[in-house]
Amino acid sequence: MSNNHLQNYWKKNLFYLVVLLVIWFFSSYGAGILFADNLNSIKIGGFKLGFWFAQQGSIYVFIIIIFVYVYLMNKLDKEFDVDEK
Amino acid sequence: MDVKTWTYIIVGLSFALYIGIAIWSRAGSTKEFYVAGGGVSPLANGMATAADWMSAASFISMAGLISFMGYDGAVYLMGWTGGYVLLALLLAPYLRKFGKYTVPDFIGDRYYSNTARTVAVICALIVSFTYVAGQMRGVGVVFSRFLEVSIEMGVVIGMIIVLFYAVLGGMKGITYTQVAQYCVLIFAYMVPAIFISIALTGNAIPQLGFGGVINDGSGMYLLDKLDGLNQDLGFAAYTDGTKSMVDVFAITFALMVGTAGLPHVIVRFFTVPKVKDARVSAGYALLFIAILYTTAPAVAAFARTNMINTVSNKEYSQMPEWFKKWETTKLIKFEDKNGDGKIQYVKDKDANELTVDNDIMVLANPEIANLPNWVIALVAAGGLAAALSTAAGLLLVISTSVSRDLIKMQWNPNVSEKNELLYARLSAAVAVIVAGYFGINPPGFVAAVVALAFGLAAASFFPAIIMGIFSKRMNMQGAVAGMVVGICLMIFYMLKFKFGIFDGGKDAVDGLKDAWWFGISPEGFGTVAMLANFAVALVVSYMTPPPPQSVQEIVENIRIPRGSGEAHAH
Repeated sequence: MSNNHLQNYWKKNLFYLVVLLVIWFFSSYGAGILFADNLNSIKIGGFKLGFWFAQQGSIYVFIIIIFVYVYLMNKLDKEFDVDEK
Repeated sequence: MDVKTWTYIIVGLSFALYIGIAIWSRAGSTKEFYVAGGGVSPLANGMATAADWMSAASFISMAGLISFMGYDGAVYLMGWTGGYVLLALLLAPYLRKFGKYTVPDFIGDRYYSNTARTVAVICALIVSFTYVAGQMRGVGVVFSRFLEVSIEMGVVIGMIIVLFYAVLGGMKGITYTQVAQYCVLIFAYMVPAIFISIALTGNAIPQLGFGGVINDGSGMYLLDKLDGLNQDLGFAAYTDGTKSMVDVFAITFALMVGTAGLPHVIVRFFTVPKVKDARVSAGYALLFIAILYTTAPAVAAFARTNMINTVSNKEYSQMPEWFKKWETTKLIKFEDKNGDGKIQYVKDKDANELTVDNDIMVLANPEIANLPNWVIALVAAGGLAAALSTAAGLLLVISTSVSRDLIKMQWNPNVSEKNELLYARLSAAVAVIVAGYFGINPPGFVAAVVALAFGLAAASFFPAIIMGIFSKRMNMQGAVAGMVVGICLMIFYMLKFKFGIFDGGKDAVDGLKDAWWFGISPEGFGTVAMLANFAVALVVSYMTPPPPQSVQEIVENIRIPRGSGEAHAH
C-alpha cells in the first residue's frame, strides 16, 4: 500500500473525528452548559430544553455519535482496503 | 417473607452465580489472565465494561447526589458518559491495534523508555488503589445495612468473593462475571425506578415521567412543582444550579477526559478480537451505561419531590416507619431546634432541622415507595454487584502492573509463562488484602481522593496516549515531561485547595475558595493540569530530537486496522 493512500485514509478519518467531536462539544458543553440559560426559555413537555440537554439529551447524542462513527469507519476501512480479514 | 430472608436468598443466589462462572472460566495462560485471550464478543465486552465502570458510587450515591445538586448534577451525568465518545473515537481502536496488555505497555513502547513505563505504572497504581479502597468500603456498607453484619465482616466476605474469582479467572473470569453482574445491577436499579415513576407520574418510563405531569391533582409538571418546592424552602430552583459556569465546564471536562484515561476502562478494549470490535464495543458499553445514567436524574427528581412532600413541616411523630429505621443508621438526622415537634427542612443552616445522607435516595427508595420486600433485597444485590465488579476490574490492573509491567518487562524478562501467571495471581491476592485493609480502616482522604482520581488520570495518561497516536513527532522527553508536570500540578492543587496543607489544614479549605485559579474547583482542575501536560509536552518535544524511525513506524501501523491479529505478548 502506498504512503499516499494511507495518508488519504488518515485524513478522512481525522475529518470524521473533527465533525463528530464538534457535535459532541455542542450537545454537551454548548446546549447543556454555555447556552443552557438561553435554551431554558424553550420548553418541551415538562423539560426546560437546556436542563434536558444537560441531564438527558447529551447522553443520547453521545450514543448516536459512537454508532455513526462505527458505521463511517467500517465503510472507510473497506473503501481503502485496510479492513481486517 | 421478611426483608432479611429475601436479602439472604437473593444475594446468596447472585454470589453462587458469580462463583460458578469463575470456576467455568478459569484462566490457563497469561494471555487469558490479562486480556481474556482476546476473544470476548463486543456485546459481552460492552456489558462487562458497563459493570466495570459503574461502581458503588454510581449505583448507590449518584442519584442522591444529583437530587441535592439539581441542575449541577449534570457534571456527573455528562462527565461520566461523554468520556466514552473520546474512548471510542480517539483511543480504543488504536490501542487495540497496538495489541498489548496494559496502558504502561503502550506508554513504554511508544516512548521507547522504561522511565516512561515506570511513570505510567506509578500513575496506574495511584489511581487504582484509591479507587478500589472505596469499592471495598461500599461492599462493607451494603452488607452492614441489609444483612446486619458489621462493616468489617462485610468487607471480609467481599474480599473472599473477589479473591476467588479474580485470582482464579483473571480477566477471563472477571469479564464473564461482570456480564452477570451488569444484568443483576441494572435490573435492581430499574425495578424501583419504574414503580416510583408510575406512582408519581403515571408513566412507566422514568426518562419520560421525569418531564411528565405530577399525579397530585395540581396538573403541574413535576419539574415545575419541584422548582417551586425548592424555592419555597430557600434552595436554588431544581433546574437551576449554584456552581459557576466555568466550574461546571471544567469539572465536566475533567471527568470526561479522566474516564477516557482510566486504565481499568482502557484495558477492557484489549479483550475483543478486532479493531472494529473495539469501536462498536465502546458504543455498546455507553448504551448499557446510559440506561442507568438517564434513569438516575429521574430517580433524583422523584426522590426529592417525595422527600420534601413527606417530611417538610410535618409532625415528627407522624413520620412513616422507614424514616425511623434510617434514623437508627444515622443516615437521617433530626434535631428539633425550635421545639415545635415539626420538621423544618430549609436552606438556612441555623433553622434547618434535618440532615439526609446522599446514599439514602437509592437505598431507601423502595421503602419510601412501599415496594415489596423482594425489591428491597434486589437493591442490596445490585449495590454489591456494582461494587464487586468495579473492585475486580481495578484489582486486575494492579496485579497486571506488578506482574507484567514491573516483573516481566523490567526486573526479570526471562520469567517463564507459568511463573508470570503465578506472580499475577499473587499480586492480585496481595492487592485484595491491601484494598480490604483500607476498606476496614478507611483513611479520611479516600472519599476525597476517589473523585480526584479522575483529575489525576486526565492530567497524566490522557495527553500521553493521545499524542502517542496522533503525533508522530512526540518523543520520550516531551511525554515524560508532560506527564510529570501534569500529575505534579494536579497533586499540588489538590493538596493546596482540597486539604489546605499549605494554609493550616482542612479548616482553611473553605476560606481558600476565592483564591481558586480561574475560579476552578479542585475537582475540575484536571482540565487545567491536562492542558499544562499538553503544552509542556509539545514545547519540550520540539526542543529535543524526534523519536527513532522504528517508533514512527509503530504509529503508522496502529493507525490502520488491518493486521491486528489477536492481542499478543511480544
